[in-house]
Amino acid sequence: MNFWKDPIQVTADWLMSLFTGWGMAEGLANVLISLLGIVILVTIMLVIDILLVWIERKVVARFQDRLGPNRVGPFGLIQPFADIIKLFIKENITPVGVDKVVYNLAPVLSVFSVLILWAIIPLAPVIIGVDLNVGLLYLVAAGAIGTLSIIMAGWSSNNKFALLGAFRQVAAMISYEIPMVVALLIPTVLAGTMGMLGISEAQQGMWYVFLSPLGALIFLISAVAELGRAPFDLSEGESEVVAGFHIEYSGMKFGWFYAGELLHAFTFGGFWGILFFGGYHFFGLENWGPLVAAAIVLFKALLGYWVIMWIKYTLMRIRIDHMLAFNWKFLVPLSLVVLMVTALLNTLLRGASVWILFLSMFLANALIAWITIEILRGRSRIAREKVEGSAQPVVESAHH
Amino acid sequence: MQNEWLYIGLFLIVGVALPAAALVLAWLISPKKSNPIKDSTYECGMETVGESWVQFKAQYYIFGLVFLVFDVEMVFLFPWAVSLGKLPLFAVLEGIVFILILVAGLAYIWRKDALEWV
Repeated sequence: MNFWKDPIQVTADWLMSLFTGWGMAEGLANVLISLLGIVILVTIMLVIDILLVWIERKVVARFQDRLGPNRVGPFGLIQPFADIIKLFIKENITPVGVDKVVYNLAPVLSVFSVLILWAIIPLAPVIIGVDLNVGLLYLVAAGAIGTLSIIMAGWSSNNKFALLGAFRQVAAMISYEIPMVVALLIPTVLAGTMGMLGISEAQQGMWYVFLSPLGALIFLISAVAELGRAPFDLSEGESEVVAGFHIEYSGMKFGWFYAGELLHAFTFGGFWGILFFGGYHFFGLENWGPLVAAAIVLFKALLGYWVIMWIKYTLMRIRIDHMLAFNWKFLVPLSLVVLMVTALLNTLLRGASVWILFLSMFLANALIAWITIEILRGRSRIAREKVEGSAQPVVESAHH
Repeated sequence: MQNEWLYIGLFLIVGVALPAAALVLAWLISPKKSNPIKDSTYECGMETVGESWVQFKAQYYIFGLVFLVFDVEMVFLFPWAVSLGKLPLFAVLEGIVFILILVAGLAYIWRKDALEWV
């Protein structure tokens, strides 16, 4: 077997022969090799996380017409390392009256919930931690742990700002999980499996974003809300709750919240790419080898991350009642309609060619989008007339 | 790897151990010079009155109830979605009727003004 065709298996076989050569039992050697692979994968993710700090600071600077970090090293590339050293040697302040166990566990869980997602991400057909047949449910469960860490931080800090921030995050979580799960059902319907590898493989001829553009959009919006990033970052609204749930954290504990947030956004960008933008498929480029395929997945994750950043630095923070209303009165009905239409069309056009499927699904999605926009336009006209109708006499009298 | 859940278990252990190790390292090398002012609860300079673990009116508790119903129903939809390719049209329509019952519930809640912030 060639190293470039299947690097993981070749390395694992070599290590296996090495370990068994030392007289180790095969089961133990298997566990050790898995452990080694996991540690390498997690370390790579944390290194990427460090680079994400630099990317985030550079990109936000360009959005706001600034230069960003540009003093430490070329283009400020050493800046995040300096940040990490600073975070390590800063004093960890534990305020009086905190619930110590929960308080210290929360930042660890915040990173943990993201890292475990990389166990199921298929970087290439042969580079995947484990292809769970319930992959999407695992994704939802791990996402809930991330929210749990925020609630734990807010509750244990013994600070009213932190508590308010955590309560707001609960509101976001219990709302936006519904459209997200429905959006996850759409690739499940199209691919007929919940496994990440199966979904990636099924998009060989046609990316799901062309079959269900609305599904991709709904997944993106609800993922941003689930992440607690702007415009849904009410849990850390500076003008209202100062820093929200992580107000009492300093040093490396704060650092983990920050790192967890960035890596979470990057990971959900990656899931967006895998579920709707073809995973490791990119016009046959994935046939060049698994390492190229992995680069494609990471590149798509970076693009998704960039879109999430773009949203964050363009839109304003929305009010909490608007946030809940937007979800329950707009996203949930829309996502359910898209799911029903997708399931029905997928059944009716069973056995049809992929282009007929694409044409009908895309048209159906466009039709749903048009009807939605028309309904919204009608409702806003009614609302506007209500306001203008009552305001009209006041304007008239002011004129004369 | 023969057992995929063993792999997940190992991943969970590493996922907790690595961040925790970083926290322990930071605890070892960081200064520890606490004083009562520094350790007080941060409230923009005001002195804290009372504790935070109080009864709190979560205005969205109705949303919480609705979420509970929807979340359970969504889990029921996953098996239907996975086997959709092999189901006859009748079974697919049954699933859609199931979703429509959900939509009817949502419409009822909406009519009852339970989706308003109070």
